[in-house]
Amino acid sequence: MKKYFLKNRTDLIIILLFTVFAILSIFTNFEFGLKTISNFKISFLDMIAFIPLIFVLIGLFDVWVPRSVIQKHIGQGSGIKGIFWVILLAMLQAGPLYGAFPVALMLWKKGSSIRNIFIYLGAFSTMKIPMLSFEIGFLGWKFTLLRTILTLPVFIIIAVTMEKIFKNTFTVHEVHNE
Amino acid sequence: MLFRQLFSVNELPIDADQFNILRNNNTLSYVPPCFKESLMRILFSATVLIVIVSFICNRKKTIAGLKTGLRMFLNLLPPFITVLIGVALVLSLLPKEVISALIGEKSGFLGYIIAALIGSIALIPGFVAYPLSAVLLKNGVTYPVIAVFITTLMMVGIVTIPLEKKYFGWKVALTRNLLSFFGALIIGSLMALLWSLI
Repeated sequence: MKKYFLKNRTDLIIILLFTVFAILSIFTNFEFGLKTISNFKISFLDMIAFIPLIFVLIGLFDVWVPRSVIQKHIGQGSGIKGIFWVILLAMLQAGPLYGAFPVALMLWKKGSSIRNIFIYLGAFSTMKIPMLSFEIGFLGWKFTLLRTILTLPVFIIIAVTMEKIFKNTFTVHEVHNE
Repeated sequence: MLFRQLFSVNELPIDADQFNILRNNNTLSYVPPCFKESLMRILFSATVLIVIVSFICNRKKTIAGLKTGLRMFLNLLPPFITVLIGVALVLSLLPKEVISALIGEKSGFLGYIIAALIGSIALIPGFVAYPLSAVLLKNGVTYPVIAVFITTLMMVGIVTIPLEKKYFGWKVALTRNLLSFFGALIIGSLMALLWSLI
């Protein structure tokens, strides 16, 4: 509990300040404040009903889909099959991009090609299933599908380019947490 | 399986007309189609059903999964509310017309660049970025610009380059971010071309 407060210090302070601001605005009938409150209320109420449901599903997904099965296939075959498994692995992850770097290190140690490492980073950042479910919920099927279909070749091209440029010098360094 | 069900629940036609109707109302209330009451009810029942089935199959796993979900939700809540506060303030300060002039329909390529720069610098988690994008859409920002914003947000991280450098070195980190930046602009442009066709 204490850890939670510490970790979210800044956000909680902002929320507290906003609450004070909101209460003052209501009492003094401050027009700018009232407008802001109504803006906030509308988007908050719309989303707060929807988000917990998504997290229930993401949590269940996390326990039912074993990542170890896919990890076994990484490193095998560096052709289309390798790309497929790398993308699948990336899609089952969660978290921000900097969480993908340690996995990239693991892939590199397991003998993955340079190209596949960057394909992993690309797929990780743009095609994670928990994120896609959010995207579909908020921005719709059409947007999500179109964006994914357009993004896929773009990050594959980026990966191929990266491999061409850094063929001889590329390495992934061990990073120890300070 | 779980997600297939979730997807089918959310399978909704979001088309330009719907947004225009909402926009023309001249109110700030933005109601994404997925929040329409009946659909909310379907999503809710589907989730409850899935939880029950999962619970019958494996009690332990289900509880662990629900705990994971709850933890993620609680971690998201503070930054999520902060961003909504920020958005609410910006919307009150900047009239819709200004936002739309900067990154809206008539902003042209400049809108893409602005969206790409914001997306590259900002460090917003995806769970927050999508609701934010939904609000921006309501305020006259177009889908291709949103695509540029989302893509740079995900693939380019100026703030995290120092960390990326530790793993790959400066050259690789900078090149990857630069290529991703232009990649995002290409994705946005193709999106603009294809959006009206489909």
